[in-house]
Amino acid sequence: MPHISLSNLTISYGNQKVLQNITVDIPNNEITTIIGPSGCGKTTLLKSLNRLVDLYEEIHVQGEVRIDGANIYDPKADVLALRKKVGFLSQKPYPLPMSIRDNITFGPRIHEMNGKNLLCQIQKLEKHIPIDSLCPNGRQKETKLGKNPEMAYLVEYYLRLAGLWDEVRERLDAPATQLSIGQQQRLALARALAVEPEVVLADEPTSALDPISAQLIEKQFKILKNYYTIVVVTHILRQARRIADYVIFFYLGELVEHGPAEQVFSAPRDPRTRAYISGEIS
Amino acid sequence: MVWRRTKDRIVGNSMLLAVAFANSIVFAMALGLFVKSWPIFLKKSIPHLLLSSSWHPMKGEFGFYPFIVGTVEVTAIAMILAVPVCLLSAIYLSEYAHHRFREFSRVVVDIMAAIPSVIYGLWGVIVVVPFVRALGKALETPTTGYSLLAGGIILAIMVSPIIISVSLEVLRTVPVHARETALALGTTKWEAIKHVVLRSALHGIFSAIVLGFARAFGETIAVLMIVGNVPKVPTSIFDPAYPLPALLANNYGEMMSIPLYSSALLLSALILLFVVSAFNVTAHLTLMRIEKR
Amino acid sequence: MKKRKAEETVFKLLMIASITLILCILAGVLTVIVIKGASSLTLAMLIQTPEGGYYLGKGGGIANAIIGSFYLAFGASLLSLLFGLPVAFALQKEYLSPRLAHLTRLSLDILWGIPSIVYGAFGFIIMVYLGLRASLLGGIIALALLMLPITIRSIEEVIRMTPPELKEISYALGTTRIETTLSVVLRQAIPGIMTGVLLAFGRGIGDAASILFTAGYTDYIPRSLFDPVASLPLAIFFQVATPIPEVQQRAYASAFVLLVIVFLVSLISRLLSRRFSRHMVR
Repeated sequence: MPHISLSNLTISYGNQKVLQNITVDIPNNEITTIIGPSGCGKTTLLKSLNRLVDLYEEIHVQGEVRIDGANIYDPKADVLALRKKVGFLSQKPYPLPMSIRDNITFGPRIHEMNGKNLLCQIQKLEKHIPIDSLCPNGRQKETKLGKNPEMAYLVEYYLRLAGLWDEVRERLDAPATQLSIGQQQRLALARALAVEPEVVLADEPTSALDPISAQLIEKQFKILKNYYTIVVVTHILRQARRIADYVIFFYLGELVEHGPAEQVFSAPRDPRTRAYISGEIS
Repeated sequence: MVWRRTKDRIVGNSMLLAVAFANSIVFAMALGLFVKSWPIFLKKSIPHLLLSSSWHPMKGEFGFYPFIVGTVEVTAIAMILAVPVCLLSAIYLSEYAHHRFREFSRVVVDIMAAIPSVIYGLWGVIVVVPFVRALGKALETPTTGYSLLAGGIILAIMVSPIIISVSLEVLRTVPVHARETALALGTTKWEAIKHVVLRSALHGIFSAIVLGFARAFGETIAVLMIVGNVPKVPTSIFDPAYPLPALLANNYGEMMSIPLYSSALLLSALILLFVVSAFNVTAHLTLMRIEKR
Repeated sequence: MKKRKAEETVFKLLMIASITLILCILAGVLTVIVIKGASSLTLAMLIQTPEGGYYLGKGGGIANAIIGSFYLAFGASLLSLLFGLPVAFALQKEYLSPRLAHLTRLSLDILWGIPSIVYGAFGFIIMVYLGLRASLLGGIIALALLMLPITIRSIEEVIRMTPPELKEISYALGTTRIETTLSVVLRQAIPGIMTGVLLAFGRGIGDAASILFTAGYTDYIPRSLFDPVASLPLAIFFQVATPIPEVQQRAYASAFVLLVIVFLVSLISRLLSRRFSRHMVR
């Protein structure tokens, strides 16, 4: 399992410093929430963990982000493998312009994952999250195993894992743009999981969703944390209280405080944290 | 007070009149050309006009086939040459180039679009025709250089601005989010373009190509100067050809003298009007629908 | 993995080659015309009209063509502005229903794409109908029809940039549509109108196919609208066609003059639009 640790990470856009000297370790197999007021750099921090920040033209990164001991900002680092290992869910889901089935199989196909290692991957996962536990009504002969039985099984498994299978199993070949936004976000979750990441990053994953879809996503995260390390950025304090195991409080580009959730929420050490949690600043 | 309202109504109505006028121009053109080409419909059947290769106006023979083939072939050559180069350029400008280079290229493309076609024709005579002649000699196919290939090359250059600029615009409207989503899954930049960006922009790019095609189909002067103007169906790209617009331009002088000649020529104008407009309408409707999304 | 990166490298190379090709072609076109043209240009050419036998190599110049082109383009710009401005104004929603506006725009798009030779043929039909011969007036009519969609489209683009709030403020004071249009929209749009007219002017002065049938050709400068008129594009066209090398040199020189005119017009319109958009309310 990866050990994510940041040391003295500083990121600036041109002359503006967005992240200042961040040093923190992200715990494994827990849901870590990054909380703080909007516009303080939380998204930039998240995007620095899978080097999505590389896309911004004038970005300058100093310091290190070590995943499994290796600094991902090393010039020789393999960005494609990094992004396979660290999955990303954005605030507003973007369904790829293809069918629901193809959305899920897109990642595995790109990474040239085929029959054998697909099954391997799912078997490993099933040890922790057996597929039967995801079927509330018991599992009948669901998948029509056609030409590519491994892929079909993969599609079913990850859609179940994301809590979307029952709603789409009749229309896997329909365009993904037909789904509601809550369904699209769950599809994005299944899609991100299908490439076999070890970490899942989520940038305000429920802020664009209705309460029911939001609840579904939170429920899936709680199931997934047994197998993945999850990092969620949220500006909804109540959501953090519901799902967080570990909390990082961020204010104006600075890492103010971090620690286990009960500790930060009940006995924050920094006055700024106290002010945020009590609602004085938002 | 009343005067102000009256003034508003009068001016408003005259503006509507201007709009009606603008809208009716296309119909007037189609109608006028149709009426003027009617005599030849009476004398000859449509299949004969379209498929006969015999063009002897003095004897009253008007077979349009060589000209139709010439137009289609020179346009096809132009598109085959232009489309890959333009699409690759547009993708590069949209996805890989620094934004200052993109702006610079936009200016370059605008300049290319502004150059009058007679100047492209002149350049074709100076540069392209000798080039084709040399190429023909190297390939053991003797040619004067005034050929389909020369016409195709110059047309390809002339339609490049429109294909590039429309494709570029379409690619820029694909949201950044699309690329981010693909990249976050671990694709290379090119894979993100291939599987996500291009797929989203497909309709728009297709429209860009159609617009280029329509432009090439109707281009007259530059092609006229270098394509050879021999009314025979070309057998190779090194043969001369005689596209419809060139036919019209070359022979307008004789229009009045030979009976039925002006009808025949105006018929070719009518054909041009319809074919080009059909392509343009399709492309514009598609682009409008994309804009709405 | 290597295959994926190799594919990207191959396509990147192809892309760079393509854009380089485009840039080189433009450079090539301009260089050849400028070099050949500037070297054959003499002051005498610019200010003299052709003497007898000009196309066979005798003396004279292309002043008739230069002045003729200006007469044609100028007259056509005025005519197309006269008809185009009301149409551009009418496309605002106060005057035309959205459906009619949509139809009109489609109609203008069709006109925009019609080959200039068809405008020439249609102009010819109108001339015959009106009993005109090939003349300045005939050329102006054909060119004005050609320029109309260009003029309308550029003016309309500028009109569309008028912020609706600005118009609302004017209407709230109790003005009629035409009063708002003239005092608010027109004032904002004047630079755009100038740019649009210049754009159309540049397009019109270089066009040959539309005036081939309709403007005629002559060695003299027309003294009335009913005289035939020479033009630069046709001058070039006729001069290229002769087998005599001195005359062909003149073609290059005429091409150079035309190119310079078109570029100056384009440059001025670009500068004007940039200068005036600073003062626009957005």
